[in-house]
Amino acid sequence: MKTITHHIPERLLAAYASGRLPHVFEVVVATHISMCDACRAGFEAHQAMGGVVLDDSDAVDLSDDLKADLMALLDHEMVEPAPAQRDGIFPGPVVEALKSRPPRWKSLGFGVKQSILEAGSEGSLRLLHIPPGQSVPDHGHNGLELTLVLQGSFHDETGAFGVGDLEVADDDLDHTPVAGDGLPCICLAATDAPLKFNSFVPRLLQPLFRI
Amino acid sequence: MVDTAMMFFWIKNDPEIAQPRNVRMLIATETSEAVSARGLPRAHPPYRKEQAHVTCDRDLSEQTQWMLAIRNNRDRSAFAQLFDFYAPRLKGFVMRTGTSAAEAEEIVQDVMLTVWRKAAQFDPERAQVSGWIYQITRNRQIDVVRRTSRAMPEELKQTDEHEPDAGQILAVEQEASRLKLALARLKPDQRMMVEKAYLGELTHQEIQDETGLPLGTIKSRIRLGLERLRHELKGLREP
Repeated sequence: MKTITHHIPERLLAAYASGRLPHVFEVVVATHISMCDACRAGFEAHQAMGGVVLDDSDAVDLSDDLKADLMALLDHEMVEPAPAQRDGIFPGPVVEALKSRPPRWKSLGFGVKQSILEAGSEGSLRLLHIPPGQSVPDHGHNGLELTLVLQGSFHDETGAFGVGDLEVADDDLDHTPVAGDGLPCICLAATDAPLKFNSFVPRLLQPLFRI
Repeated sequence: MVDTAMMFFWIKNDPEIAQPRNVRMLIATETSEAVSARGLPRAHPPYRKEQAHVTCDRDLSEQTQWMLAIRNNRDRSAFAQLFDFYAPRLKGFVMRTGTSAAEAEEIVQDVMLTVWRKAAQFDPERAQVSGWIYQITRNRQIDVVRRTSRAMPEELKQTDEHEPDAGQILAVEQEASRLKLALARLKPDQRMMVEKAYLGELTHQEIQDETGLPLGTIKSRIRLGLERLRHELKGLREP
């Protein structure tokens, strides 16, 4: 198996562990962790740090009946829903975001397809399907964009990205990702702002396709 | 800097070397004293080799022993003790972010109930009790304020019939003690930033390396975690 070389930056991992990432980014980070031992270990380290802060918190007196009420609830065993497991190329968090259904691909032209998993005020989350050798129109960003490769590969001005690799793009990056040879490139991508396409036609299409 | 975690694994894997046990004991003693001097929970006494295979080791922290009794035996009195230790701290932790006392108690109740119900998922070789409960607490707090619950990574499949390694559990506890010390040694304003980050009060734009997150210390915890993961995954791949 190819080694993952592009990981979650430390501050994003810390923000994820402390529960402060918008949901669309959480899904990408959780998916990467599902594929990457190094980042799972990092996530667990941040949990340990959170545990230290919890331990250090001042103890505050509880209401008198809180403990008795809780002890009485222990007999009501509840079955927690099992977390989603990997399905084909989609790790558990993606399966969850897909609500366990197959992606609903919509064409963007030139063989490029997308399946929108989430779109709201906090940002958008989608799957992208790019045929081998095809480029995604040159685009810049208003905010943060995370792109995680689930199948195939792509490369752009900043480097090459294979399965499990995460690209972090911010305001400064204008890039033209091109899918590698072999299998079509399937990516999970999240942004907290609409993409700005630098060529005229895609910009016209932007409201139509919600990209 | 001497890396305790790496040294530990090196020692563990080399039966030829007897002397470094003293090094470990020194580290453990120093940690224990320094921690108790700050009035924080007591660290475990030094690790002894002959107890390495005892599941519910007396050397483990009380918190871990309670949690293992809950996980393995559904022990209610252990749960009552765990509650007495964590519930007041949890309430304090939740109230630090401006939550009212009444709402905080609801969260405490939900979290402690989840601890009971999900006890089977507690893996002392990878997580220290406080870190595990921290995670459950943040999930619950997110559920309260958000429409979508937090996306979580796939669980690693637990290996069945796997005897927990007390040495590994102790190593995880020691790392937690080291993180505690690292936090205690920060300058007050740095420490406040770190606490704010883990309380969930800083966005990803606000969390910068300059916030003083003790990343160096976290990195040694990461190495320990990686070592453990490799061990666990190897077990999964070799049935």
